[in-house]
Amino acid sequence: MIAFAIRRIFQSIIVLLVVGLVAFAMFNFVGDPVDSMLGQERTDADVERVRTQLGLDKPFPVQYYRFLEGAIQGNFGISYRQGRPVSEMIAERLPATLELAFVSAFLAIIFGVTLGIFTAIYKKGWAANIIMTLSLIGVSLPTFLIGILLIYLFAVELSWLPSFGRGEVVDLGWWRTGFLTKSGLLAIILPAITLGLYQMTLIMRLVRSEMLEVLRQDYIRFARARGLKDRSIYFRHALKNTLVPVITVTGMQLGSIIAFAIITETVFQWPGVGLLFINSIRFVDIPVMAAYLMLISLMFVTINFIVDMLYFAIDPRVRLEKRGDEK
Amino acid sequence: MSENILDVIDLSVEIPTRHNILKPVDGLNFNIKRGEILGVVGESGAGKSMAGNAIIGLLERPAHIADGEIWLNKKRIDNLPAESMRKIRGKEIGMIFQDPLTSLNPLLPIGEQLTETIIEHLKISKKEALDRAITLLEEVRIPAATQRINAYPHQFSGGMRQRVVIALALAAEPSLVIADEPTTALDVSVQAQIISVLKKICKERGTAIMLITHDMGVIAESADRVAVMYSGQIVEIGKTYNIIKKPRHPYTVGLMGSIPALKGDNERLVQIPGSMPRLNNIPPGCSFHPRCEKAFEPCYNKRPLLSKIGDSKVACWLYDEGYKNG
Repeated sequence: MIAFAIRRIFQSIIVLLVVGLVAFAMFNFVGDPVDSMLGQERTDADVERVRTQLGLDKPFPVQYYRFLEGAIQGNFGISYRQGRPVSEMIAERLPATLELAFVSAFLAIIFGVTLGIFTAIYKKGWAANIIMTLSLIGVSLPTFLIGILLIYLFAVELSWLPSFGRGEVVDLGWWRTGFLTKSGLLAIILPAITLGLYQMTLIMRLVRSEMLEVLRQDYIRFARARGLKDRSIYFRHALKNTLVPVITVTGMQLGSIIAFAIITETVFQWPGVGLLFINSIRFVDIPVMAAYLMLISLMFVTINFIVDMLYFAIDPRVRLEKRGDEK
Repeated sequence: MSENILDVIDLSVEIPTRHNILKPVDGLNFNIKRGEILGVVGESGAGKSMAGNAIIGLLERPAHIADGEIWLNKKRIDNLPAESMRKIRGKEIGMIFQDPLTSLNPLLPIGEQLTETIIEHLKISKKEALDRAITLLEEVRIPAATQRINAYPHQFSGGMRQRVVIALALAAEPSLVIADEPTTALDVSVQAQIISVLKKICKERGTAIMLITHDMGVIAESADRVAVMYSGQIVEIGKTYNIIKKPRHPYTVGLMGSIPALKGDNERLVQIPGSMPRLNNIPPGCSFHPRCEKAFEPCYNKRPLLSKIGDSKVACWLYDEGYKNG
């Protein structure tokens, strides 16, 4: 188990390095940051000076090396546009994105799993049919459209909820949270639903189909023949067997919740890292973009790692195979 | 004569389809006594498993009991509400399935699967249930039961898993066990062990066993009586010795003739021509008549009923007094 974990961590690091390289290489082609920094009335001397200052005159491998060197120490350089350390800008905005992603993921998992089980158990009931039909909407509507529709309905027409921003936040020193104020809580509802809806319907449909598959298995029939209660059959025997594929997909979805937050943050003007990234693209703010991509890939890699470790916790067959592996 | 554990009276199962109503089980009559093993044989699709599922109340919709009565320990159980039937399953009727590899939940240790069944039906503490689980495993002859109680199903071989399945079926001391092809998925050498475990339990506890199989060897080895099924009906039922040595119904005769003898000349095995009718195309009269060499006038439109011939009961016009010499 430990050997497996170490091996996975090692693989994760390689993935991060490659992502960093690709991202870094790509940014060399998105435009010249010096253009947007110096404006129209620049001289060649100005350009040279800024290039040297930013280290852009160095060859590409050197730039990449220096980027990595800084990144390991949590230093992603200075934003070209704002002139502030990128790590500081990200740290400032990360809580907003993480809180949004957390609430979305929470909603998506709770409702996705519950509704998935419900629609699998009562697969022919009218309620299940309605839920399944509605879920098609969730799967097929693009995120930004859902966001705009929600804003129109709840903010414009009913004016129950705010349409943008994060509401009042409380500064805990290292973390600025919107969970402690009423306006903060109200403000997170619409963006969280927008961001989580797609994932929720996806999880729900997955849980449902896995559950239907498992309920056809012999051991479920045998559990019935042993006179176990429906509750025990569904939640103890069936649900656990559906979890392995569900966890895989859910893990990937959590990663994309954070990545897709870009769209939701733009629609709701949510002051998170996604919005920061969109703005930095416009100004070719390479350090910010690179740091953002590294951050997202770090999260994906971490989530994948956790998912792999969860297999061990759930499925005894994996546990034993791997233990045999190590000997 | 000891008392009947199970009485099945005129049991019919129907499956409504868009075009017509299928009858996989049609007017079944039999009983099983305490400590008796009744073998139920027949080809695939004869309705053996369907009958077993009907008795334990596990028919999958749209299949349902259309007619008849099922009595267990002098209590009628075919018309009980779902919740009362659930309490009977496992407690009064145990069931063993064909494939031990898929009958156990792969993610739960066998001990847990045993104790949950025991606690569900016997209302005893977890500690007592665990002791009982170990005793059960010892009873089905699983070596080192105490150490293996927390093992997962995939750590057992097929034969061992079938023993665990038997232990699970017996967890709450049911008076009837329905064993649906319990040995079909196992090696021949393991089959004999499983059959001996079943026989032992049947004799020691007085459990009645309905042993569904298509393997005449297993029947000859274990059953006290045999019911031969053909397209949803019992065509012959009687003591195992009589069925094997003195089969009366032409179908039973054909069935016995299709078993190779170990001694003597290797004659060609008897083959029953044709195949069992499909459920949507059961011929009128005796449903075996299209394949029967001895079919005569009444067989084509009158359905024979089980009637006593010697020690057995046979459903065949050949033995009917009225037609015997005609």
